[in-house]
Order: sequence, then structure tokens, then C-alpha cells
Amino acid sequence: MHSSLWLSALIVLPLVGALVAMLVRKMPGASYIVAVGVGAIEVVLSLIVAVLYSSHVANAQGFDFYTRHVVSAPLGLAYDVALDGLSLLMVVLTALVLLLSLLGGRDKRREPAFVAWLLILTGLTMGSFVAHDVLEFFIFFELTLVPCYFIISGWGGAERARAALKFFLYTFTASAFLLIGILYMGFAYQHQHGTALTFAYGILSTTTMSHSTEVWLFIGFAIAFGVKAPIWPLHTWSPLTYAEAPTAGSIELSALLAKLGSYGLLRFAVGLLPLAQVSVRPYVLTLAVIGILYGSILACVSKDLKRFVAYSSLAQMSFITLGVMSGSTIGVTGAVLLMFNHGIITIGFFLIIGYLERRRSSIQIADFSGLQRPAPVLSAIFMVAMLASMGLPGLSGFVSEYLILIGTFTTHAWWAAVASLGVLASAVYLLWAYQRVFHGRAEGANAEISDASSAERWVLVPVVVLIVVLGVFPKPVLDRITPSVHNLVTQVATAGAAK
Amino acid sequence: MSHVAPLIIVFPLVGFLLVLVNGRSLSNRLVGAIATGVVGLSFVSSVVVFVLLLHDQSREVTVQLFTWISVDTLHVPAALLVDPLSITMCLFVTGISTLIHLYSTAYMDGEKDFRKFFLYLNLFVFSMLTLVLANNLVLTFVGWEGVGLCSYWLVSFYFDRDSAASAGKKAFIYNRIGDVGLLLAMFLLFLHTHTLTYLGIFSSTSLISPAIATLVVLALLLAATGKSAQIPLFNWLPDAMEGPTPVSALIHAATMVTAGVYLLVRMSPILALSSSGRMSIAIIGGVTAFVAATIATAQKDIKKVLAFSTVSQIGYMVLAVGVGAYGAAIFLMISHAFFKALLFLGSGSVIHSLGGEQDMRKMGGMAKWLPLTFPTFLIGWLTISGVPPFAGFWSKGDVLTNVFAHNKALWVLGVLTAILTAYYMTRLFILTFRGSERFREVTHQHDPHESPLVMTAPLVILAVLSVLGGLLDLPWAHGFSLTHFLSPTFGFVAPIPSQSTVLQTGLAAVDVAAVVIGLFAAFTIWRNTVESSTFERPFFEHVWRWDDAYDATLGRPLARAARVSNDVVEDRIIDAAVEGVGGSVRRSGEGIRKLQAGMVRQYALAMVLGVTVIVVYLVGRAR
Repeated sequence: MHSSLWLSALIVLPLVGALVAMLVRKMPGASYIVAVGVGAIEVVLSLIVAVLYSSHVANAQGFDFYTRHVVSAPLGLAYDVALDGLSLLMVVLTALVLLLSLLGGRDKRREPAFVAWLLILTGLTMGSFVAHDVLEFFIFFELTLVPCYFIISGWGGAERARAALKFFLYTFTASAFLLIGILYMGFAYQHQHGTALTFAYGILSTTTMSHSTEVWLFIGFAIAFGVKAPIWPLHTWSPLTYAEAPTAGSIELSALLAKLGSYGLLRFAVGLLPLAQVSVRPYVLTLAVIGILYGSILACVSKDLKRFVAYSSLAQMSFITLGVMSGSTIGVTGAVLLMFNHGIITIGFFLIIGYLERRRSSIQIADFSGLQRPAPVLSAIFMVAMLASMGLPGLSGFVSEYLILIGTFTTHAWWAAVASLGVLASAVYLLWAYQRVFHGRAEGANAEISDASSAERWVLVPVVVLIVVLGVFPKPVLDRITPSVHNLVTQVATAGAAK
Repeated sequence: MSHVAPLIIVFPLVGFLLVLVNGRSLSNRLVGAIATGVVGLSFVSSVVVFVLLLHDQSREVTVQLFTWISVDTLHVPAALLVDPLSITMCLFVTGISTLIHLYSTAYMDGEKDFRKFFLYLNLFVFSMLTLVLANNLVLTFVGWEGVGLCSYWLVSFYFDRDSAASAGKKAFIYNRIGDVGLLLAMFLLFLHTHTLTYLGIFSSTSLISPAIATLVVLALLLAATGKSAQIPLFNWLPDAMEGPTPVSALIHAATMVTAGVYLLVRMSPILALSSSGRMSIAIIGGVTAFVAATIATAQKDIKKVLAFSTVSQIGYMVLAVGVGAYGAAIFLMISHAFFKALLFLGSGSVIHSLGGEQDMRKMGGMAKWLPLTFPTFLIGWLTISGVPPFAGFWSKGDVLTNVFAHNKALWVLGVLTAILTAYYMTRLFILTFRGSERFREVTHQHDPHESPLVMTAPLVILAVLSVLGGLLDLPWAHGFSLTHFLSPTFGFVAPIPSQSTVLQTGLAAVDVAAVVIGLFAAFTIWRNTVESSTFERPFFEHVWRWDDAYDATLGRPLARAARVSNDVVEDRIIDAAVEGVGGSVRRSGEGIRKLQAGMVRQYALAMVLGVTVIVVYLVGRAR
């Protein structure tokens, strides 16, 4: 077991960084340097944590880096952090997203405020992923809305106000269901055991509830996390929001915050409500399958690149939902891995789209043509991200998608069989988009377009490296995820059977 | 062996990485030399492994490389299976690849993307060898998709041409349809046998019920129809001719498109479990062979004729697999690789000399101008037509004899196809090399010139192989034949009723008669004419209207569904409903919008406090 200070540092450092960035706001560029510095340290810290994390802890049914301090006993409020194989990759992703979106999506308008919001968002997201207390998770989870709202409404496109509002209302309304569910569980436990009010994860999971109660709670949880993830049909905020957000905002939302939804679904809606699983699975799996096909179809007819990525993300996130709800260790492991892989791939997509927007001030697919000739490096990197996204073996997307499909097939064969069509559908929409943007003849402004500068290339290097390495040699990562997933899946299965 | 075998796949990968990393600092000459050299080294390694295997008692060696994926009960090693089947594939794949790499160094000379071409080509060879050497289905899938990707890149090599870009996409997507089949086959096998290694699956065939076996075989067949361009997924292959001609020779004739046949042969122990599955395979193969041959009779583009000819020949191979004649399928695969690569490279030499012209109506009389291409092409033509004693006669005869033993109707279809094959190839030969010179307009009155030595040398080698290829598996050489060497790999083979020498000779006579009819018909019709004859039906020329039918039944309805999803379902139903369910969402939105005016920071604070207050309030009230 390692010291929880590592995790606390990961949460606190960006928050302190935000403060410093605001303090030095009068010096031009200083706040950006502070933010990049914090981002770099976060990446290093998260990698250290990833290396230190030993799956032996999970094998012994435990969490690493664990600590608990009660903040307010009457409110049941506690600072409680811990790490296991489910959250490990998300911690690394959070740090990477911060650094890469700062480096690749630099926005010089009112820069100090911009980087401060990004840093605050990172601290809060980090907190959500390592929170080991359900109420604490909810607070972090809910607070992430605030920086998101300001990033979209402050630095977004023409329709930013509408997009920010829609995003906010959707997620805010949905999380009310989550709060009600959490409070219900806390009080139910208190009532049953006569102890002090607590929302500690491990304790709350032993709350005794009837089957129908668990199903109702699951529905509430699923709505809250389903908006965030998104799960079809709760996704309609995402295309508008991704399209209007600035590059860094699109990255944060789709690469990172969407994972809060699927992570929450797995950790809380599955982990805390074992009794409900068997009855709700077919329904959620059906929504996931619809999401895969529906997202693919809408990606085909999307007219701008950001909406295109939004709908392809709907399809990919639906794959994650499929794996999360599969009830198979293989499928859930694939889902956890895809959360990370999709994050990295999406960073790649949005960075390149951001670069194109810089050059042409447009993200309309119809405005581009034949870019492979003038910009071979950008095209090649887009190609790598695209191939990973469509699950080409040898790249990262394949391992996760394959695990999800084969794992789900062992428990719910028909759903997995239909979902396999998503493999075909992703090839259709991705190749078609690639053809329209990068193939053909480059004329006019497209012929003049400049290839990626060396600074832009360096930002994309980690994306490409992670895509290739995790595709060829995913073993160290899988070895860290699997024990925790195995624990969760068996606990849910036995509790579901025993209760 | 365990040290040499990995080299077969490592060499092309090294070539790929070398050119990828140093591409810009290397001259074109050096890039060509590296790319050709590494594939040549891979061929040498294959020969060494082959010799080692001949001296190995087990004839089945697994070489572990590393653990690729391991989760719970799913274990997928990166490991190679060296056995007679895989090493036979390696030998002819690396051998032909070396020749075509060599040919390409001259053919692609002066291309803007010369380096990229060899980059793709080396990656292709790596993928193809991974496909055949993998010891489990998932690793085979790596190669399977890898070759599809390289095919996509190479078909759309001239990507500024819309037709090329679309053809590449079409090839990939049709392949992907097949890939779904392969995925489903893997899922079913894993569900029932809990393993995905070939040897593991084959040793647990008792766990697979006949119904599941049939499902698996049909899924594998779907995979094979995509990759090997069989009905109903065959119509990507003619479009793939948009790629440079060496690509057509290597990927779309000799190697990749035979991967589906390889997969079926590799899975023969599973095929053995389902007779209805095998019957489906045989019918798909037989019908494809015939349909593609009819289409080939009416094409005007020299490469399109060869493309449909490839579809038709692979149909023969699939037919052979369906009747359990796995040895005959591989024999035809290898001899086809020789003569079809020869024909494609020969046509490339013709096209090259005419500055890119592919329409046979604008050729004619090329025999005089291409002193090396002409005789080698002549051999290719005789071989594919099935004239004895060239390789095609023996390999096609082997297939048809086996088919005759199992299914007379399919045998008749096979013989009809043989007539058509001789007919369309003779037509191609006459239009290209004989008759009047119709190319002056294309070449601006210049004389066509023979290709350089690096292009003609591979032609000569392939011609020699086409002549001698029959020696691999002569019907009376039982102990030293290809089939005998391969047979330990095959699962249960349906017993072939022993055929008397008289019957075998009779069947061979029928084959020869078929060739004679085809040749005679073509000579009669095409000796003096170039324009379409009565035999050349528009229906055949337009591929039996296959693309139109897909467009009408799938393409357009799907496009309409997508538009409806976007305009109606997404905007008017889901979005409206979700906002409606929220009830006051829009109204409260107005309220918040007022609050927002100009007071960004206060609003943030209010939000944080608001959330906290709600939490505290709910907690307090609930107590």
C-alpha cells in the first residue's frame, strides 16, 4: 500500500496552479507557463502512480493509496481517496488531457482565466476519479460543470451561449437523480445499522435493498451517467457542445468528462447495485447497441468535423457502455481500456481539427479536399487516429473493442453480434470522411495549407506512441486493470445471486 | 527453427520501419533496393525454415514470441505456427513478392510517392506473412486486416483521382463486411472451446455441436467471400484495378485475395464438422467461378478481364475447398499465383509501353514490339486456359476431378467455366498482341518499347514457373506431391471414391475438349473484329448489374435512413422529447440567462454555493 499523498497531490496541485495562474495574470504568458508546468508535473506524478500501483493490492480485494478523513460527521462528508485498476488509467488520462490540450489548444484570448478554468477542471476531475466516498464523488462530479460551463461560454464559437446552457441544464438536471439516489442509500444504510451517516464506498455497497429499489436507483444513476457518457438517447447536447466549444474544451469534454459518465456507471451503478444488474442489463445493452449504430449513421451525414467526432464518440462510448454492462470480466476490462484509448484517440482527432480550424477558419467537411498532398504529416496522424478508432488490429482501439465484443458475446451473444456491425459502420463513416477531407484534388486555399509545424507534431507524438504501444503491447496495462475488474464482476455476481 | 521462423515476418517489418523513419534521407534507388532486399531475405528465411521442417519429426512447431492479450480466460499469444501449410504459403508469398518488388522498382520509377509505395508494399508483405504464420485466429486477424489496409492504401494510391479514392474505400468496406464474419466465427469458437489457438480449437472439436459448427463455417465463409472476392462480395475487386499494376499482380491476384481460401483450408477440422457448411462453400465457389467468367468475356479493359478472371479462379479454389479437396485448392492457389502474376505483370508491361492505356480496343499487334513480354504472356495465356502440360492444366484438372467425385452438377458448371476461361483469355490475347496496330493514336505515332530488364526478368522467371508448376502435384506422384506434404495439416477429409485411370483420363480429355472449344470460339469470333460481338452482352459487361442492385436495395435506403435519422429522429423527436421531459428546461434557461448577464465570477460562486446548499438542504430534510 502506498501513501495517499500521491493522490492528494494530483488533486491539489492543479487547484493551486489555478490560483498561481490568476496571481501572475498581469505578466504576459506567465500563467500559460505555470499551467503547462503543472500539466507536466501532473503527467509525471500520474505515471509514477501508475508504475507504483501494484495489482497485488487489488488481488487482495483492496484499494491502493487509500486514506479517509471525516470532514463533517453530521453531513456524512469525508475526504476519502483510493485507487484501483478502474481509476488508474483515468488518472493518467486526466493528466495527459490537461497537458495536451494546453499545448495543442492554446487560446490566447484572456489566457489567465482560460488556463485557470482548465486547471480547476483537472483538479475536480482527478478528485472524481479517485474519490472513494460516494458523496465526495458527487461533489467533485457536480463541480466539474462549473469550469466546463465557463470554458464553453467564454471561449466557444458563435452559438456558445446556447451550447453552454444546453450542456449545463442537461447534466445538472440529470445529476439530481444521482444525488437523490446517493442520499437514499446513505440514509437507508444509517437506518439499517444505526451508525453515523456515511457514504463510504465500501460500506455503502453492503446496504440491503429490495430488488425494485435497486432497479429504481439504477435508473436514476443511469440517467445521470447516461447524459455524461452519453448513452443514447441522452446524447443530444453533445454534438452542439463539442462543435461550439474551443479545441481544449472539446478535448476535455469528449476525451475526459464523458469518461466520468462511463466510469460512474461502472463504479456506482454497477458496483453498488448488484441486485438490479440481471434485470436492467438487456435494456441498457439494447440502448448501447442502438447508440453504436445510430451514432455511426449520424456520423455519416455530419457536415462539420466536430459534430462528426461527436457522433463517432457516441458510437464509441456506446461500445464502452456495452462492455460495462456485459457482466463479464473480459468485457468490462475492455470497456475500462477503451475509456482510456478513446480518450487518446479523441485528443488526436480534436487536436488535428483544431489545427485545421486555425488554418482555414472552418470545420465544415465540404470546405476541405485533397489535404493529403499539401499536408502529408497531418493526414498520416489523422489516419493513425482513424484506424485506431475503427479498431484496426495492432493499434490500441482494437484490443479494447475486441475484448468488449468477445466478453459481451460470452454473456449476451445476440447483443454482441449486432454490435459487431459497429465494426463495419465505423469503417464506413471514417473512410468516407477521410476521403472527403484528405483525398481528391487540393485546390485554392486547400492547396496552400501548411503541414503540421514541429511544435504541432510534438504534441501529437504522445498520441501516436500511445496508440501504437497499447495496440502491440497492452499487457502491462491489462495486468493492472484485470484484477480490480475481476473483483468487481465477481462481487456483483455473487451479491446479485445471494441477496 | 524458433530463431529463424520469426525472421520471415521480421525482415519486411524492418524494411517498413527503415523506410518510414529514414524515408526522406534515402534515395529512391536505395528505398527500392531495401524494400526488395528485405522481402528477398524473408524468402531465404522461408526456404531455411522449410528445409528445417522437412527434417523435423513433428511437422508442427509453435514459436512463442510474447504475450499479446491476456485477460481472465482469454489468452492470445503472439506466436507462430510453422507447419506444412503455413510454410508452403510463406514460400510462394515471399517468392512472388520478391519478384514483384523487383518489377516495381522500374515500373514505379518517377512516381511522386515512390517511397510511400514501397512502404505500403513492405507492410503488406509483413501483414500477409503474419496472417499465414499466426498460431491463433486473433493474430491471423491482425494480418487479415493489415492486408486489407495496405490494399486500401494501394488501391487509392492515386488519391487525387476520385475513382481511385472511392475504389480504395469500397475495397476496405467490402472486406470489413467479411471481417465481421471472422469476428463472429472467433466469438462462437471462443464461447464453445475457450481458446482461439488453432491447435487448441482443433483438439476440442468435440465441444462444438453440429449446429454451431455450421454457424462457424458460414461465418468463415462470409469472411472468405469478402477477402477473396466471392459472391456476394466480389464486386470490389474489379474497382481495385485503380491501383498500380504491380499491386494488382501481388495483392489482387497472387496473395491477399487467396487469404480467404487459406483461412478455410486452415480451419478444415471445423469444416469437417458441417457437411451443409461445406456444401454452401462449394456452391458459392462454383457459382462465382461461372458468373465471373461470363463477366470476363465482355470487359474492354485488359486489367478488368484479369480481375474477373481472378475472381473466377478463386471460385475454383473455394469450390475445391467445399468438396474437401484442400490439396487441390492450395495447388491451384500456387499455380494461379504464378500465371496470374505473370499475366498481370505482362499486362503492366503492355500498359507501360503504351503510356498507361488499358483499353484493349486501342491495342493490337503488340507481339512485334514486345519481344520478351510477348512469349512470356503467351505462356501465361496457355497456362490459364488449361493447355497441357502447363501448370494450369494439372491444377484445374485436379480440382475438377475432385468435384466430379462429389457433385456432378458443380462439375458441369466447372467445365463450362473452363470453356469460358479459354475463350476470354484468348480474346484478350488476340486483342492485345495480334491483329492490326490500333495504338498509334495513344502513343502519338511512336513505337512502343519493351520494358527494362528488371521488369522483364520477373516475367521470364514466372513463365518458367508456370510451365513447370504442374510438377508440384502430378496425379501419379503420390509420395512426393504437394498434397502429400500438406495432408497432415488438413482435418478430416471426405473420402474420395477411388477413380479408375480410365475415368481420370476421360475427365482430363473433357478438360482438354473444353479448352479447345473455348480457343476455337475465340479465334473464330475475334480474328477480324475488335468491337463487341453478339457474345458480349451488356448484362455481362455491367457485372450482372450487381452494383446497381446493391445500390437500389441497400445503398439508397440506408442513405435515406441516415437523412431521416438526422433531420427527424435526432432534431425533432429525441432532442425535442428530452427538452420536453425536462419541462421547464427552456423557461428556467431564460431565467438563468438573465442571471448570467455579465457577472461571470459571481455566477460561478453562486453555482458552487447553490450545489452545496442543495446538498445540505436535502441532507437536513431527510433526517
